[in-house]
Amino acid sequence: MAIDNSPEVASRPQPSAGDMVRFEKVVKQYGDNVVLRELDFRVAPGERITLIGPSGSGKTTILRLLMTLETCDGGRIDVDGESLTHMSRGGREVPADEKHIRQVRKKIGMVFQQFNLFPNMKVLRNVAEAPMHVLGMPRAEAETNARRLLDMVGLAAKTDAYPSQLSGGQQQRVAIARACAMQPKILLLDEVTSALDPELVAEVLNVLRDIAASTDITMLCVTHEMKFARDVSDRVLMFDQGQIIEQAPPDKLFSDPDHERTRSFLRAVLEER
Amino acid sequence: MTWDWEFVAEILPELLRGLVVTVQATLVGAILALTLGLVFALLRRSQLAAVRVPTAVFVEFVRSTPLLVQLYFLFFVLPSWGVLLSGFQAGVIGLGVHYATYTSEVYRAGIEGVPRGQWEAATALNLPRSRVWRSVILPQAIPRVLPALGNYVIAMFKETPLLSAITVAEMLAVARDIGASTFRYLEPITLVGMLFLVLSLVAAVPLRRLERRVGH
Repeated sequence: MAIDNSPEVASRPQPSAGDMVRFEKVVKQYGDNVVLRELDFRVAPGERITLIGPSGSGKTTILRLLMTLETCDGGRIDVDGESLTHMSRGGREVPADEKHIRQVRKKIGMVFQQFNLFPNMKVLRNVAEAPMHVLGMPRAEAETNARRLLDMVGLAAKTDAYPSQLSGGQQQRVAIARACAMQPKILLLDEVTSALDPELVAEVLNVLRDIAASTDITMLCVTHEMKFARDVSDRVLMFDQGQIIEQAPPDKLFSDPDHERTRSFLRAVLEER
Repeated sequence: MTWDWEFVAEILPELLRGLVVTVQATLVGAILALTLGLVFALLRRSQLAAVRVPTAVFVEFVRSTPLLVQLYFLFFVLPSWGVLLSGFQAGVIGLGVHYATYTSEVYRAGIEGVPRGQWEAATALNLPRSRVWRSVILPQAIPRVLPALGNYVIAMFKETPLLSAITVAEMLAVARDIGASTFRYLEPITLVGMLFLVLSLVAAVPLRRLERRVGH
C-alpha cells in the first residue's frame, strides 16, 4: 500500500478479509444511455479508493448507487457482508425494501460536491440532527459529539453560525463533520473540492487527510485532485465508458499507467491545472 | 339620492357587527385552508397511488367547481343526509376546503423549490421521511411561499360575502337587510365596499414587508 503511515494501519484488515463493498455485474442506464455495464469491483475494509476518469464515465454513479440515491438496473451490491440491493424473504431473494435499505445504509456516509448543508439549521444542529433522530442519541450527547467533530475540522468557533455565513471550504468541512457524526464504516466523497475556490481546496483536503490517517474508515473518492489521490489512496481505479479499464496503486497508475487511455486522461487533467 | 351622514352613523355599528362575522369567517376559513392545503400537498406526494390519486381527483374537482355551488351543497344538500351544519359552519368549511385546493398548489411549488441536494443529504444521513419533512423540507419550503399564502387569505376575505347566500350575517348580508328595510342602499353598500378596501389595504402592509424579507 502506498501511503500507510498511521499507527492504526497494522491492525487494518487485509483485502483478503470480507469485502466492505462488492459490486457484481452492476448495470445502470438512463434510457438508452448505459452508464455502467456489468461492473464488478471490490473494496476491502479500510481501503481508500480513488475513482478517476472522464466525466460521464460512471464514477459518480457508483457513489450514488452505494448511497441509494439511484437504483441499479441489474446486478447486485453488497456492503459489509449485507446486500444493499436484495434481501431474503421466505428463503427467496427479492429486491430490498425501504426498511432493509435503511438498515444497510447506516454504514455509509457521503459528502457532496455542493455541500448540501441544511440552510435552515445552525452548524451545530446540522451535525447533531441525524445522530439524534436516527441513532436516537440524547441531545446533550449528540451536541457534545458534534462539537468534538467541529473542533476536529477546525470550526469549533462556528457552531452557532448558519451555513450561509460560512465560506465554501468551511461549509464543506461542516458537511464532513456531519457525515462522520453518523459513524459510517464507508465514506463516499463526490468531487468534494470541485465547487470550491482554489484557495479553499487545501483546508478541506487537509481535514480528509487527517481522517484518513486517524481512522480505519473505508473511503471511496471521486476527485480530480491527483496529488490528494496519490497521498491518500491505496488503489486508483481508472474508468471509461462504465468500465474499469485499469487499476493500480497510485504510484504505479500515476507514473507508469498501462493504458494509453489512462495516459491521455492524466495528461489532460494535469495540463488543465 | 344624496349621501346622508346621519344614516351612516346610525347603521355603522350594525355593519361593524357584520364585519366581525366576516373577519371570524375569514380567520377560521384561513386556518382550515392553510392546514388542509398542506395536507393535500403532502398526500399528493404520497408513494401510495391509492392515496395520491383520490387526493388529486378531489382537489381538481373542488377547484373546478364554483364555491357558491359547494356552499349550497354543504348547507342545503347535506341535511337531507342527516348532516346539519349552521350557516357559519358550512360557510367556513366551504371557504376553507375551496381555498385549501389553491394553497395546496402553493405549498407544492414551495416543496418542489427545495433543491434535490437537500433530499439527497437527508437520505445520506438516513433520516426518516417524516423527520426530513419536518426538519429539512418544510422549514425551507414554507417561508418562501408565505407571501403567496397571505394573498390567498386576502382573497378569501373578499369572498366571504358569498356566505350571505347561506344565511350568514356577515357584512354584506347586514347591509342588504338594512337596504331592504329602509329602502336606502347607497350608504350601506358603499360602506361595505369601503370597509373591505380599508381592511384589505391594512392587511397588505405586513404582507408586502414579508415579501420583501423572503425576497432575499
